[in-house]
Amino acid sequence: MLKGRLGAVLFQLIALVLALGFVSLILISAGASPMEAFKNMFTGSFGSMRKFAEVLVTFVPLLLVTAGLLITFSAGLWNIGVEGQIVLGAITTAGVLRVFVDSTLPPALIITLAILGGMIGGALWASLAGLLKTFGGVNEIFGGLGLNFVSTALTLYLIFGPWKRDGVASMSGTEPFPDHFSLPQVPELRISLWALGIAVVGIVFVYFILQGTYFGLKLKAVGKNFRAAYLLGIPTWQYSMYSFLICGALAGAAGAMQVTAVYHRLIPSISSGYGYLGLMVAMLINYQAIWAVPVALFFAALNIGSIQLPIVMKLDSSLAGVLQGVLVLFVLLMEGARQKFVKKA
Amino acid sequence: MNQENLLVGLAGVLAAAAPIIFAVLGETFSERAGVINLSMNGTILLSAMGGFAVAYNTDNIVLGFLAGMLIGALVALVVAFASITLKQSQVAVGFVLALTCRDLSYFLGNPYMGQAGPRLQSLPIPFLSDLPIVGPLLFKQDFITYVSFIAIILAWVWIYRTRPGLMLQGIGEKPAAAFIRGANVNLMRYVYTMIGGALIGLAGPAYSLAIRAGWMGTISGLDGIGWIALSITIFGGWNPSRAAFGAYLFAFLQWLGLVLQGVFTQVPSQVLQVAPFPLMILTLLLVNIGNAEWVERTLAAMPENARKIFAKALRAMRASPPAALGVPFDTD
Amino acid sequence: MNVELKNIHKHFGKTYANKGINLAIPAGTIQGILGENGAGKSTLMKILSGFIQADSGGQIILDGKPVTIHSPADAIHVGVGMLHQDPLDFPPMRVLDNFLLGRSGGLFPNRTAVARDFSLLAEKFDFSLDPDSYVDSLTVGERQQLEIIRLLWLGARILILDEPTTGISASQKTKLFATLKILAEQGMTVIFVSHKLEDVEHLCSQVAILRAGELVGEMKPPFSTTKLVEMMFGKAVTLGERLTAEVGDAILSLNNISLEDVRLKIKDVSLDLRAGEVIGLAGLEGSGQGMFIRACSGLVRPVGGRVQLKGHDLTGKSYHTFKNAGVNFLPAARLEEGLVPGLSLTDHFVLAEQPKGIFIDRAAGEKLAEDRIKSFNIRGTPLSTVESLSGGNQQRAELALLQTPLSMILLEHPTRGLDIESVIYIWAKLKERCKQGAAIIFISSDLEEVLQYSDRVLVFFSGKVSPPIDAATTSVEQLGQLIGGKGWPEKGGSHA
Repeated sequence: MLKGRLGAVLFQLIALVLALGFVSLILISAGASPMEAFKNMFTGSFGSMRKFAEVLVTFVPLLLVTAGLLITFSAGLWNIGVEGQIVLGAITTAGVLRVFVDSTLPPALIITLAILGGMIGGALWASLAGLLKTFGGVNEIFGGLGLNFVSTALTLYLIFGPWKRDGVASMSGTEPFPDHFSLPQVPELRISLWALGIAVVGIVFVYFILQGTYFGLKLKAVGKNFRAAYLLGIPTWQYSMYSFLICGALAGAAGAMQVTAVYHRLIPSISSGYGYLGLMVAMLINYQAIWAVPVALFFAALNIGSIQLPIVMKLDSSLAGVLQGVLVLFVLLMEGARQKFVKKA
Repeated sequence: MNQENLLVGLAGVLAAAAPIIFAVLGETFSERAGVINLSMNGTILLSAMGGFAVAYNTDNIVLGFLAGMLIGALVALVVAFASITLKQSQVAVGFVLALTCRDLSYFLGNPYMGQAGPRLQSLPIPFLSDLPIVGPLLFKQDFITYVSFIAIILAWVWIYRTRPGLMLQGIGEKPAAAFIRGANVNLMRYVYTMIGGALIGLAGPAYSLAIRAGWMGTISGLDGIGWIALSITIFGGWNPSRAAFGAYLFAFLQWLGLVLQGVFTQVPSQVLQVAPFPLMILTLLLVNIGNAEWVERTLAAMPENARKIFAKALRAMRASPPAALGVPFDTD
Repeated sequence: MNVELKNIHKHFGKTYANKGINLAIPAGTIQGILGENGAGKSTLMKILSGFIQADSGGQIILDGKPVTIHSPADAIHVGVGMLHQDPLDFPPMRVLDNFLLGRSGGLFPNRTAVARDFSLLAEKFDFSLDPDSYVDSLTVGERQQLEIIRLLWLGARILILDEPTTGISASQKTKLFATLKILAEQGMTVIFVSHKLEDVEHLCSQVAILRAGELVGEMKPPFSTTKLVEMMFGKAVTLGERLTAEVGDAILSLNNISLEDVRLKIKDVSLDLRAGEVIGLAGLEGSGQGMFIRACSGLVRPVGGRVQLKGHDLTGKSYHTFKNAGVNFLPAARLEEGLVPGLSLTDHFVLAEQPKGIFIDRAAGEKLAEDRIKSFNIRGTPLSTVESLSGGNQQRAELALLQTPLSMILLEHPTRGLDIESVIYIWAKLKERCKQGAAIIFISSDLEEVLQYSDRVLVFFSGKVSPPIDAATTSVEQLGQLIGGKGWPEKGGSHA
């Protein structure tokens, strides 16, 4: 019984219990009541329409990034450079908007161009990691990390250099764009249904690529066995590059959302760490696209819910990150335990 | 810039590199044994916070450093257990720990934010510190910086000169060959991963109790250092002296960035501080390019003489990781 | 030291690698252990050297005393040292460090003393090894020499050598044999594992032959090559009648191609292959046939010469160019190179068809899979992942992946590990392809299979390639001798 699907679910439930237990211990050691903390996080994210809208604001880029990462993971790649790809998406989006700032073209067209620009920017940045991997033999993890730092430097350079605010340059970012350069938002709320729509289109697109196309099947073959895929006639390195490009484009779209729907300017930490968080979501769902939406929503809710903690309980909001991380960690460990168990039995 | 300023600046570079050196040496030990400890970025933050908290509460700076090392060793134990015993992906577990430990440090460190705590004082060595040039450069440092000097030498001697150190090289290179020579491969992997973790954990208090004393949470400026140290480990080719050179080079370039900021006032300091990164990517490219398949095919198409020369040049540049890095070891 | 092995069994899963082996080797003997690939030689030696443990019930007796050997460290402690086929040393480290690692002692090894011992031993056997050079700059022969003196220094009284003459030069071999003879005269026991007849006959004072995990015979000099070969390969199984397809147009033409990798060089091989023809490649593993078959498929780029396929020059082109021109290669390592673990049979068949379109046509895919599963008699469903199939079914699945039509099929060990029915079935399928105009080149270590199904045979021996041999007029013995390095012309090129 413990060998089949039921066993897997059981081990994951144990992981969940262990994770909650571990975080509770941490809370107790910080002198706080776990129940109260969890309750505050729940009301902080789902307590009102306004709060839930905030959750969705976080959910949009996170879902886009996760969707992209599902593609690179399918191709067997650890695209840790996704952070930088978000950043470059944001930079190119902001760049396109700046070009058209005095233009008389319809704003809808300009925003579309800017988002497309962001996707291209993210894709090109991802292709650098891909080229380093394919032609330089540099592991995508290290190439990606290096490129992440470069992208941060580029942002700062732009904010403090050529794109600096009139008068003083500061960490608060570039001059905000005029209102008509924003994706339309739901009245009174910060969420843009357009952004939400783009994110949903992104994950659906990825789901269908992976489930229903020859392209996705070939990508999986490359990811699972590079040598055999080559012998089956799949142009392997080209597929690795395609996966980098697609992931980069989706991450770039996430960056574009950050600029056009959330911050309306370029800020130093424009990626908000969603790249790394997306990696965690992808790991937690074991690279199954079908689970991306609920888990990304859950992680977004934790992020927003934890904002309550400093105000209400004088706890740091990083508890969300702890909970997310511990959950993924225990799921990984329990998966290892399960494999060992099944092998023995 | 006069000579005195220059010396003070360079002495500062040596001190600023100390934590990076601990981290890079720790990672070098771990990877030499075959285990990638990708958690470094989080471990450094957590040990910085934990070390500070312990030193603050006990008013004992030594306990602070020990606490940092203990935290590092415990995080490394999780990596070792997950990868050696449970045979899970080292990259996945290490990465999750990198993020989790970072957030845990922010969460648990909240009460210590901005508190004034104990700080390691400069400890000039009598007589030696009066020497011209080397005196102010090397012998007017704090204790932990001296430790970093010694650690480089000890690590080098251990890996290249001692019997267990030679075996360590063997374990990461070809575990089966180490096994027939009597090594308990998996036990040694645990041990070295934890020793490496303890060294990485020393990097944290080296910041929070010395170079950037105190705990400032997200604005401590420590986030990212672990990733840098990881790249320096590769740059260092798993050799303590080359790794130390990488750490000093990095600290020097960052200092240079600060100095140059006075000259190029338009360029923000953060930009110059990441200047080492394109350089590092380039280095990684040079040491790795020999592994690419197209290079092999191109070589085969060359005339015999050219083929030999190119093959040799690529071989000379290549810094090969321990051959069994990330590969589990089983005797059956 | 006298060695006695009593009733040694070892199983891996359901298959027995060693089955009730009894063997006595008096001190001072050079004992040969003969057998083809997979006969159980390596397993037996790994048991004696502590790398793996035998199933319970057996005994290892050294000089009359039963010993238990749990690890290689235990083994060397009781005097058993083993030289592995792929030298178990540390290539990026220095010779002296390799030498001293494994011997206990203080924290800092006394390098001067070790270096002295090292040069004494090296001198004794006339090995010229530089203790300060790096192991990866050494030849395989020199690495062996290093291992031999290392084991002697550790106090080995029984020396096991697993295929030691593979990949070393003729002069190194002469030196190795001289060394082993000296050691035997001094009362050491030498166990020489090989499938090279010539070496065994030349060197050993007694020979034990293993086949399919069992000890099938022992022999003392003078050796009869015919008898040894017969014991090694067993009696012929009836594989049915030889089938020869009509030979058609030229398919592959190799013109003086040269190949090289780190270990081996093959020089100036020429070959013409015609439609319907089957060429078998025989030889010990690692004699160059693997590199050769990959060069025929574009996976390895020749360093010299031309490769033509149906009159088109494809020299230096990639496998995909060859594939588009009608060449398929099926590698030996099924789950490592041939199939994609985690994907289903349907996925494989769909991918192998080089689908155009964008969206997967599931119905068509499953129909295709069902057809293939039926016509190739695969035990599995369209949704079975390939790793869940048995070896024989994986092999059938690989065959079912071959495209239609094809000009040339390249196969590495197409029937290794399969039962006789599967073998006959698979060859019937392949011969069908020949009738449709495909040419086949295959590698096999089963000589019966090679002679039964080939029209011509190429024998490989340490990078040398024999001229094509007519399979119809050749015997297993003749092939066996060539494979063992006997009957080769002393000099001259290797024009196939």
